[in-house]
Amino acid sequence: MSHPDTTPGARPPALLGTQGAIFLAIVLGAAVLIPALNLLTPAGSALHVPTYLVSLLGKYLCYALLAMSVDLIWGYVGILSLGQGAFFALGGYAMGMYLMRQIGTRGVYGDPVLPDFMVFLNWKQLPWFWYGFDWFPFAALMVLVAPGALALVFGWFAFRSRVTGVYLSIITQAMTFALLLAFFRNDMGFGGNNGLTDFKDILGFNVQADGTRAVLFALSALALAFGYVLCRYLVRSHFGKVLIAIRDAEARVRFTGYRAENYKLVAFVVSACLAGVAGALYVPQVGIINPSEFSPANSIEIIVWVAVGGRGTLAGAALGAVLVNYAKTYFTSGVLAPYWLFMLGGLFVAVTLFLPKGIVGTFLDWRSRHAEAEPDVPGATPKPVA
Amino acid sequence: MRLAAAFLAFALAVLTVVVSRPAMAGPYEDALAKFTTESYADTDEGLGLLATSGNPLAVDIVEALADGRLLFNADAKTVYVKKADGSLIDAATGQPATGVDEAALKPVRANNRVRRAIEAASGALSLMNPDPAKRLAAAQAVFKSRDAAARPALETALSRESDPQVKAALASARAAIVLNDSASPEADRIAAVDTIAGAGNQDALALLQNVPADAPAGVKTAAASAVASIQHSLAIWDVAQNIWYGLSLGSVLLLAAIGLAITFGVMGVINMAHGEMVMLGAYVTFMVQEAIRTYDPGLFDASLIIAIPIAFLVTGLIGVVIERTVIRFLYGRPLETLLATWGISLILQQAIRTAFGPTNREVGAPSWMSGAFEIGHLSITYGRLWIIVFAGLVFLALLGTLRLTRIGLEMRAVTQNRRMAASMGIRTNWVDAMTFGLGSGIAGMAGVALSQIDNVSPNLGQSYIIDSFLVVVFGGVGNLWGTLVGAMSLGVANKLLEPYAGAVLGKIALLVIVILFIQKRPRGLFALKGRAIEA
Repeated sequence: MSHPDTTPGARPPALLGTQGAIFLAIVLGAAVLIPALNLLTPAGSALHVPTYLVSLLGKYLCYALLAMSVDLIWGYVGILSLGQGAFFALGGYAMGMYLMRQIGTRGVYGDPVLPDFMVFLNWKQLPWFWYGFDWFPFAALMVLVAPGALALVFGWFAFRSRVTGVYLSIITQAMTFALLLAFFRNDMGFGGNNGLTDFKDILGFNVQADGTRAVLFALSALALAFGYVLCRYLVRSHFGKVLIAIRDAEARVRFTGYRAENYKLVAFVVSACLAGVAGALYVPQVGIINPSEFSPANSIEIIVWVAVGGRGTLAGAALGAVLVNYAKTYFTSGVLAPYWLFMLGGLFVAVTLFLPKGIVGTFLDWRSRHAEAEPDVPGATPKPVA
Repeated sequence: MRLAAAFLAFALAVLTVVVSRPAMAGPYEDALAKFTTESYADTDEGLGLLATSGNPLAVDIVEALADGRLLFNADAKTVYVKKADGSLIDAATGQPATGVDEAALKPVRANNRVRRAIEAASGALSLMNPDPAKRLAAAQAVFKSRDAAARPALETALSRESDPQVKAALASARAAIVLNDSASPEADRIAAVDTIAGAGNQDALALLQNVPADAPAGVKTAAASAVASIQHSLAIWDVAQNIWYGLSLGSVLLLAAIGLAITFGVMGVINMAHGEMVMLGAYVTFMVQEAIRTYDPGLFDASLIIAIPIAFLVTGLIGVVIERTVIRFLYGRPLETLLATWGISLILQQAIRTAFGPTNREVGAPSWMSGAFEIGHLSITYGRLWIIVFAGLVFLALLGTLRLTRIGLEMRAVTQNRRMAASMGIRTNWVDAMTFGLGSGIAGMAGVALSQIDNVSPNLGQSYIIDSFLVVVFGGVGNLWGTLVGAMSLGVANKLLEPYAGAVLGKIALLVIVILFIQKRPRGLFALKGRAIEA
């Protein structure tokens, strides 16, 4: 592969490049514009963005960040994680636990400490792992620590043992499946089947209020922008070059003297933390977190978003997530609902067969074929060999 | 004179016979005599005699007494059973009685004491019922009730019993009474402990754990050691039962995974649509049964046998179509086959949902799949047994196909070195299609078996796909024996963990164990060696 990113001695590409600049402009523009259109225009106005739409778009942005976290490890390190949904859900549960503690006496049973489901299960006191979640900074820390720690332990074992490729994919799937089963249990203390819901306040603001929704949307957009810059920074650094080298020829990297497993581990943990942040922003906007977020099918769907948008392009992953989810919302709400799975399934097949580089990857290929070599074509569209 | 003497002697003899008849005849006649005295105590005693008499008429007498249909003539000392139609039967002979003055007859009356005796007698009588199954049930009932009143009947029954199973049950029941009878000598009670311990089941355990507090120390010690040994043997049987369940689960896993071992293991294709092939196989079974119900219900017992080849052909054909239209463009890109086949699985699920509806479909079990039998303390259902047998046959057939047939040889050649195989004149494209078709067809046959133990719904395949992949990865990709060992060990481990951790926690523990195991052996139990692994 002779990409600008990987050619020795080439001028390192700018942190963002044209593509990145466009992406950031769109995301940050949306962060300002959509809340403004929601809050500052009257309800009847043609420009008004209704609150439900703000939350829906906010949800897409969380998915976009989640997809980007997958792209970081799949597109640049070659780790196909079928368990990314687990990190997303853990971040979501951490936020959900904070929101549950904020309900206070306004729950159905009015218990000042115990969430409703614990009163219902006849628990007498708060389990130890719920301590501290009434304090936002601790909960926010847990949003990063819970998925990060799981990724650290899991990755430390898996990468040191050189579990790669299909084997790694299968055991990440087993991991999220085990968590799915665990969180379904009432005894776990996470609300069992129903999960955590009926949220009231976040940092003292009503989660249902227009203003809170708008701010949450803006925060999701900012998180996505931050995630993009972070990932761009990582993949264009020396560290990122090693990651790409690991993706393309792990054994050679190891023979060159790099500890491939450590590089993979760092990327894996960063990716898990990003997914956790996405989950944490997702929960207050959707209003519920339940164990179905751990289901292996969800994690596979994330992979498709990335594949549709373009693996190894970061912005493409975000685009894919938004496009596929927009299509899902559009089709599952209308008369076409019974055909949605046909379309989603067809999309999986069509993208892998006809668009192996995804929308953005294909577009970049097309542009580089038609224009002079761009100095800042973003890193390394991977070769189709997985 | 001589004649007169002879006549006298004859008359005397007749008289003796007539007069002494009740006294001379056996316990049955004695019992009847007791019913004619109008005394509850005598009636009670009579019932006791009746129960041990062994006379086939005794059952009718006890029943008649219970219903107030037992009549007697206090003067003639005769007893009659009044039948439902009003006719009378002579209790002594069992023949219809004629010329009886009904006005002189009185019913034998019963008070509570007599009623208890009636119950005990009917229990004792069923101990001597001609039907061994009834005798066995009666013996087990006495074992549970430990009614000391039944002891004489038990001992009579024990002395005549010829069926070894019933005899053992009777001996246990007698021992149960002796053990709890403080009047019995210590040695007898200790012997009773041994007899009960011989039964070795939960009931025996409960009995021995509840030895009366006033029992001699020797009896208590014997009971305690018997309890320990029963608990030990029951624990072993329990483990054996769990292993049996585990083998049964393992054979289900094997059926679900073995097709995957072909497509994933041999071809390197991550076939996420594999579970849907299983699901399609189950739906083929459903359709075959529907057709049989409509056209020839008599064939129902053969429906599964008919469904197996049809399911194989249908799903195999679908597999070939998938391979030709999608998979063949993705060789060498295993992670992308994962995505494409996941898409195919969604399409297949939705297609079935559209065609058959989202609800479960009813697939019946043929008569030879239902029922159970026992080996020792193991309960074995025919359904599970046949699935294990079927899984074994499928495994052997597949192994044979790969080892012994031309196409199997070509498959192995293509797996090991595609280019070399092509140079030798093997049509690798065709072999790919056949291999994928074979794997899919086997999944379809698995679906026929799984339709018997799982809900036939569009989601059937989803519940097996993760387990199947774990089995293949655990066993080692590209090795059928690995799949066999993987399936059986995961199945058995799951069922052995369940009693300690519960079904869900056990499953979670198993997933964690497999994840950790993969760290230890990243290529599974039986790893392929050589170049193939780096390709």
